Amino acid sequence: MAKITYIEHDGTEHTVDVKTGLSVMEGAIKNNIPGIDADCGGACACATCHVYVDEAWTSKTGEKSAMEESMLDFAENVEPSSRLSCQIKVTDGLDGLTVRLPESQH
Amino acid sequence: MADPKAKVVILGAGHAGGSVAGFLRQVGHEGPIVLIGEEPIPPYQRPPLSKAWLKGEADADSLALRGADWYDDNGCELKLNVRAVSLDRAAKTVALSTGETVSYDILIIATGARARRLTIPGADLDGILELRTAADAEQLKRALGPGKTLAIIGGGYIGLEAAASARALGASAVILEREQRILARVACQALSDFFTAYHQARGVSFRLGVEITAFEGEAGKVTGVRLADGGLIACDAALVGVGAIPNDDLARAAGLECANGIVVDLQARTADPSIYAIGDVTHRPLPLYGVTHRLESVPNALEQAKVAAGEIFGKPPLTPEVPWFWSDQYDLKLQIAGLPFDADTILVRGDPAAAKFAVFHLKGDLVQAVEAVNSPPEFMMGRSLIGSRKPVSREKLADSSISMKEVAA
Ligand SMILES: Cc1cc2nc3c(=O)[nH]c(=O)nc-3n(C[C@H](O)[C@H](O)[C@H](O)COP(=O)(O)OP(=O)(O)OC[C@H]3O[C@@H](n4cnc5c(N)ncnc54)[C@H](O)[C@@H]3O)c2cc1C
Ligand code: FES
Repeated sequence: MAKITYIEHDGTEHTVDVKTGLSVMEGAIKNNIPGIDADCGGACACATCHVYVDEAWTSKTGEKSAMEESMLDFAENVEPSSRLSCQIKVTDGLDGLTVRLPESQH
Repeated sequence: MADPKAKVVILGAGHAGGSVAGFLRQVGHEGPIVLIGEEPIPPYQRPPLSKAWLKGEADADSLALRGADWYDDNGCELKLNVRAVSLDRAAKTVALSTGETVSYDILIIATGARARRLTIPGADLDGILELRTAADAEQLKRALGPGKTLAIIGGGYIGLEAAASARALGASAVILEREQRILARVACQALSDFFTAYHQARGVSFRLGVEITAFEGEAGKVTGVRLADGGLIACDAALVGVGAIPNDDLARAAGLECANGIVVDLQARTADPSIYAIGDVTHRPLPLYGVTHRLESVPNALEQAKVAAGEIFGKPPLTPEVPWFWSDQYDLKLQIAGLPFDADTILVRGDPAAAKFAVFHLKGDLVQAVEAVNSPPEFMMGRSLIGSRKPVSREKLADSSISMKEVAA
């Protein structure tokens, strides 16, 4: 279990417990947190689960795959801290993770 | 005027129904929500049933749309194992299979589609399977394993994904298709050829242009598929994947307009101001193409769920999305955006032999649709070009040494 905080673009914060093994995207969808669409349910095919990961957490959230890299390259409002949240697996080491959500996923 | 306290009843606890309940709470709807579903489990995702789940790479937990407590915690009454049997629009009530009657202020019909069945001799033998629900998928998975042969009737996406998963589990797979090519209804020739060859190289066999006349069996269990030419394809189980039929019977009986699905407008409204319909069960406008169509995809279900929730709560309408779809087979990721209506040219970019290419469907210099295999840039840029209706140069598009960003610039 890890506590993850999702911050909507307007600043609204949601902190929820997410089971290890799920993805950061699944943590949001299962708790109905607005701002992550996840059209493809985690197949790395839609880029509508885009989040910004605080710098302090980049090493713990792992490397981007070539596929993720490539999808992100064409998403809107991408920053160096951008990730597809369906590609981040939740581990105990991610307890306390904060991700910020972009203004829109489409 | 939108009433934030209205009682919303949702028929069908599938992807669209489960999603609209969530979106209603996201936009701030406060009234009671009742979600009525025929299946025994809360809303879940179907795509993995032919992919990761079937191969054993995803568990039931990851299929569920929401956490089990979400419904109770969010004032959403979940009535499972219950079928809606009729609709009284004048009284604004729905009659259920339990004998109970539920009243609504707003009704959302999200009953999806069901697998089309074959009405040939032997169709009721054991081992003749379909793949629409989690229960169907359980049965299919039990039928697969080393030494088993699965006959797949219909070369559509679900059939192809099932074939790839069957191979991953060590079973043999043979695909029987009435048309001369697989994916005939949904993809272009180049893509059909590519997928046929890719599956063949991984041990799947194909019988194209065949008509099946009966299922043969022993002791009540299927043992083979009989072809019109007299041939017999032996199998341990047969998966029928010949398309889906919208569950619009209830709406039709209640006098709502149906045409291969419940007719809705862009805001997911039916002609009855109290009734919306979303997901696979709808026949909807596609403003990008000036046509109406029935789509079967998660992105469509989610878009209509979002639109309906916003409309019910009185939010301004959203910009229509470009329809899209994906499929995973082996190490292939297929992403399709748009529909090839009125296309006059088919252009292949990249190299099918390297399993990395995209097929663009153009109408003049406008992109109508793109089918991208292991090519996210082509899919992402293609999708945005379809939405923006921005003209492209065919020469640049055909030249894969020119990046998609430059093509679209
Ligand atoms: C094996 C498989 C793989 C797929 N893969 C993909 C994919 O890769 N990408 C993609 O975009 N889409 C895919 N799809 C399609 C996608 O799952 C559907 O488009 C989506 O589920 C549609 O959602 P829906 O809510 O409209 O219908 P459904 O999810 O089918 O839900 C409808 C629900 O309503 C219930 N119901 C029906 N009638 C009644 C009644 N009278 N009373 C009560 N309940 C009723 C049904 O039992 C069902 O639970 C796949 C589908 C399948 C089956
Ligand atoms: S959910 Fe589609 S890419 Fe992450």
